[in-house]
Amino acid sequence: MTDAATPRSRWPGTGNLLPVLTVILAIVALWYLAAVWMNATWERDQTARAGVELALPDLITLTLTQDRPVLPAPHQVAQGLWEGLAGQPVTSRRSLVWHAWVTLSATLAGFAIGTGAGILLAVGIVHSRSMDQSVMPWAVASQTVPILAIAPMVIVVLASAGITGLLPKAIIAAWLSFFPVLVGMVKGLRTPDAMQLDLMRSWSASRPQVLARLRLPSSLPYLFASLKVAIAAALVGTIVGELPAGATAGLGARLLSGSYYGQTVQIWAALFTAAFLAAGLVALVSLIERRVLARMGLAG
Amino acid sequence: MGSDLPAATQVTGAPVIQAERVGLTFQTADGPVHALKDVDLAIRAGEFVSFIGPSGCGKTTFLRSVAALETPTAGTLRVNGVDPDAARRARAYGYVFQAPGLYPWRTIAGNISLPLEIMGFSKSDREERIARVLDLVELSGFGGKFPWQLSGGMQQRASIARALAFDADILLMDEPFGALDEIVRDRLNEALLALWRKTGKTIGFVTHSIPEAVYLSTKIVVMSPRPGRITRVIDSPLPPDRPLDIRDTPEFIALAHEVREGLREGHAVD
Repeated sequence: MTDAATPRSRWPGTGNLLPVLTVILAIVALWYLAAVWMNATWERDQTARAGVELALPDLITLTLTQDRPVLPAPHQVAQGLWEGLAGQPVTSRRSLVWHAWVTLSATLAGFAIGTGAGILLAVGIVHSRSMDQSVMPWAVASQTVPILAIAPMVIVVLASAGITGLLPKAIIAAWLSFFPVLVGMVKGLRTPDAMQLDLMRSWSASRPQVLARLRLPSSLPYLFASLKVAIAAALVGTIVGELPAGATAGLGARLLSGSYYGQTVQIWAALFTAAFLAAGLVALVSLIERRVLARMGLAG
Repeated sequence: MGSDLPAATQVTGAPVIQAERVGLTFQTADGPVHALKDVDLAIRAGEFVSFIGPSGCGKTTFLRSVAALETPTAGTLRVNGVDPDAARRARAYGYVFQAPGLYPWRTIAGNISLPLEIMGFSKSDREERIARVLDLVELSGFGGKFPWQLSGGMQQRASIARALAFDADILLMDEPFGALDEIVRDRLNEALLALWRKTGKTIGFVTHSIPEAVYLSTKIVVMSPRPGRITRVIDSPLPPDRPLDIRDTPEFIALAHEVREGLREGHAVD
């Protein structure tokens, strides 16, 4: 469908390749320029102290090969990423695969909790006037409190109750991911029009029957749109949950220890791993969405 | 059903739908709207009754009141001798709307199965009923298709099958063919008449179209707006067996004229 919409392309599917590549190349080029510029100060200080003049080609070489650059160059990040992903046994604490798995498992647990809570609250809101008026303001308020302020409290309170590890992080992830599901499902459960509801009434259908047979199936397009936002939010929540002191595992902990020790390459490698993880998760939800909606005749 | 006698000749007994001074007033921001006022009507078993009139004359509101989708604010309305709500719970009627309202995620058979599932029919009973009503609306073999694979007319036939599946004696139809083109509409009118003769159902039919009302009905109820009320009830002299070309006979044209007169009368009061 999208291929047909790009008539300039002679080969289906390649229509967007050139512009996308151009943008990526431009970003990489800018990144290199920024790396040279931002890392040059330190090199100039060093050479000035040594009393040596530095030619521009040498300066460029030096700025792109620092151990702890202000801004690591793309190839340094790529190398760090490769070593973290493929250069270690996956059970090693230095393996990004291991850290990513720690983050992913808490993300998925939090996403499941958040989605369940969001759907349940939405069902309540659609069926009860008092819930409609009482729950929504609290749900909105919960999202206006900065998650960075909430996360340490959740971690500390649960740790004092003896709960550590996956669950506290999953709760923070759920905190962020229930909201889009709630908003989407309230809208989705209300999509059936008056005529469809009248038909149900003419059959004397009970509320649970209307919910199961009409409201829930009708809401699926809205649910999937919400799930894509929610799973990315769950990942952010998990990473934030890994930041408070004490966490030693997960991409968030990796980010934090990188910033403690000035390991900028490590920070960027963890950031990219998180970005790839998010992209993968959203792509997975999109794939399931397409399959399910096409099967249900609700696509498009 | 076993008899070949047209159902129209079997019209007897107590009215299945009886309205006495029925009124319905909606309270709106602009003040009360009298959707129905002093409606008196008796419909007997096996009758085909059309409600015709301009927008706002209360024809749909009356049909919805019979179905307990609206509650009259005055008078008494009885369906099968009980109040409309009890009649609905006793599965007295099937309702057909202007749009088919089929679920895209269910097949045609699945859609017809929906009210049967809600009412708790067993699986084997459901299958037997689905096959029977699909045959009745001439959609046998289409049970496995999805709604989007069918034309608009076929979808509406499927929705009629859905309304017939649980054996209600009354079929309430609110402009069921209003969204279809004239050629399809003619064919569906013919099919509906055949179905009515075969099943002997009591049918309440809301329409905007004079030829449709005259062609289908044994009784035509002409209504007029502000307040919504009945201005004329015309008993059709046409025989129950009606080929499409009956519409060119003088009897048909005279009857259509009478309906038109009734509609004009309502407007003169305006």
